[in-house]
Amino acid sequence: MAGRRLSPAIDIEKYLRKRNLPHIWCAGCGNGIVLGALLRAIARSGFRQDDVAMVSGIGCSSRLPGYVDFNTLHTTHGRAIAFATGIKLGRPDMHVIVVSGDGDATAIGGNHFIHACRRNIGITAIIVNNYIYGMTGGQVSPTTPKGSRATTAPFGNAERPFDICLLAAAAGANFAARTTAFHADKLEDLIFKGLGRKGFSVIEAITPCPTCFGRRNQNPTGVDLMNLIREQSCGIEPGGKSEAPAGIRLGVFADRDEKEFTEIYAEMAAGAGR
Amino acid sequence: MSGAKRGGIEVLSGNDMCVEGALAAGLSFFAGYPITPSSEIAESLSSILPRRGGCFVQMEDEIASLGAAIGASLTGRKSMTATSGPGYSLMQEHIGYAAMAEVPVVIINVMRGGPSTGLPTKAGQADVMQAAWGSHGDYRTAALCPSSVKECFETTVKAFEWAERFRIPVTVLPDEIIAHMRENVDTRCIAEAKPFDRLKPGKPPEEYEPYSYEISKEGAAIADFGRGYRFHVTGLAHDATGFPTNDPEEISRCNWRIIEKVEIARSAFTWTEKFMLEDAEILVFAYGSVARTAKDAVLRLRAAGIRAGLYRPVTIWPFPASEAREVFREARKVLVPELNAGQMAGEIEKYLTRGCDVEKINRLDGEIITPVQIMEAAKALHGRKKAQSSD
Ligand SMILES: Cc1ncc(C[n+]2csc(CCOP(=O)(O)OP(=O)(O)O)c2C)c(N)n1
Ligand code: SF4
Repeated sequence: MAGRRLSPAIDIEKYLRKRNLPHIWCAGCGNGIVLGALLRAIARSGFRQDDVAMVSGIGCSSRLPGYVDFNTLHTTHGRAIAFATGIKLGRPDMHVIVVSGDGDATAIGGNHFIHACRRNIGITAIIVNNYIYGMTGGQVSPTTPKGSRATTAPFGNAERPFDICLLAAAAGANFAARTTAFHADKLEDLIFKGLGRKGFSVIEAITPCPTCFGRRNQNPTGVDLMNLIREQSCGIEPGGKSEAPAGIRLGVFADRDEKEFTEIYAEMAAGAGR
Repeated sequence: MSGAKRGGIEVLSGNDMCVEGALAAGLSFFAGYPITPSSEIAESLSSILPRRGGCFVQMEDEIASLGAAIGASLTGRKSMTATSGPGYSLMQEHIGYAAMAEVPVVIINVMRGGPSTGLPTKAGQADVMQAAWGSHGDYRTAALCPSSVKECFETTVKAFEWAERFRIPVTVLPDEIIAHMRENVDTRCIAEAKPFDRLKPGKPPEEYEPYSYEISKEGAAIADFGRGYRFHVTGLAHDATGFPTNDPEEISRCNWRIIEKVEIARSAFTWTEKFMLEDAEILVFAYGSVARTAKDAVLRLRAAGIRAGLYRPVTIWPFPASEAREVFREARKVLVPELNAGQMAGEIEKYLTRGCDVEKINRLDGEIITPVQIMEAAKALHGRKKAQSSD
């Protein structure tokens, strides 16, 4: 493990609302790793806590904002990005971060997700993709791999999954990247990069959910799933265009510097004779 | 687009005056999705708000619109959305969210004929029950039914005051006739309106708890996001600090608070018109556009020797319970014309005395209830009274 990034020099404890711990997550869950990476990335970005708004939907991963000391908003299932859009437009100077599960962001909230990409609004969205509906007990999600089992796909998932990063890239997000909870340092780096971008940035974190995904798919523990994630991970060419072998394609799928929505809005308003 | 020039008599529509009311109340954020017959509100605000330092955004649907408005409200902006039936149905989950999380927000729902896509360009009044009970769970909210273009202004200003003061979602319910009708308005009301600014916490951030205020008629303070008060907002049952709780006592307190804070101020919400009620033998209960024809019918009935009167709620939720109980105490003959199948007629039954004869007039064809229709029903009811009193 590269010592620099996980160095103890980064104090993330100051961001935790300790009275709300322990968290609700299972042993072996990847949500804690995402939390750690996110907090280190925020620390490295030098944001003041008062200037950060963290917004989530409903799901295990969406409980994350409750544990951290920012302006935090736990909304309705799938709609975090809509609320976050209001916050960003209301206070364009704030750093607005969304944390959302794969079901939250791409099933019930899929429309908000692609429209935020299209608007390229200055929000950093962390999509925690555990391939399953965790909170509700393991139903199939739009990212469940074909053939994998879920409580509502007892014979194996008959549907094809979304590729969240390609979706975000095609819909116009400035930044879209995928890594995994196994690659915790890389995750921190990509979130840091996303936080530094103007415009909409998407960081998809593939995470283990032993309780709801692993147990039904021959990998009952967090360690099993971590090993699987490591084995299946493969890189892509910059821009995500090349054919990568089957597996979890990791890398940066969109990296653009198109103008951010609230900046365009402010210019338009100025031009309208404000 | 709202063309109010602020000063004299102008010919304006109900939708125009909803816009003017919102602006006079201090609106600075609007998110919406186009739908007839409310779209003019969004169109006007898309032109006005950017030039006033406000923000307009057309969202991808109504769920997102109300979500964005709630998000913006948390940053301290007075926020609103506008829609009609189908969109109002989509907004219900977030109306419950705003009630539970106690975030001020205003919704204008221009009532058209329903259910489903129904009658996009015609009037209905069938969303009045939805305005109180549309979202799941138990909560209390406020809703206002304007009867004139000027009242579109007044009810919208009031909606903001109540939303901001009590930290609740408030709905203004003009029906399509009121929203699209144009009439003379004295626009001096625009300059004279007194906007209400939300109460700010009197405590420093370290001591601030967003949900531990004393319930009172004065309302409740709320801090803004991004101003040093870092707090948590959730739709889960929460304790005084805003964090989720499993403690039955805390859960109970949370659920009762959002009901009691409205109930305690019920009389403050009461806004009604009592027209020729003192000696009325026939009491007509009507609201919105129907109250206009009802008033005309009352005058014509009086000219024909039948003592009719009109009781018109402007606030329909919370229902003006104690006043209604007084008004209905002596009533023996009540006529309830509505552009629905009898929604408020069912509600007022709670306040009538035994033996009171109620006649309903209900239209579901998108057309207005005429004064003649009301007069005929009133005459029949009047005749029935005589027959009964001779028993
Ligand atoms: C409108 C609505 N529909 C359904 C639910 C039930 N529900 C809660 S969380 C969830 C799915 C969670 O899965 P995901 O978003 O992938 O997050 P995870 O729990 O796996 O982190 C569902 C369906 C809900 N809360 N609201
Ligand atoms: S159910 Fe899955 S996603 Fe939820 S806490 Fe447990 S391991 Fe994590």
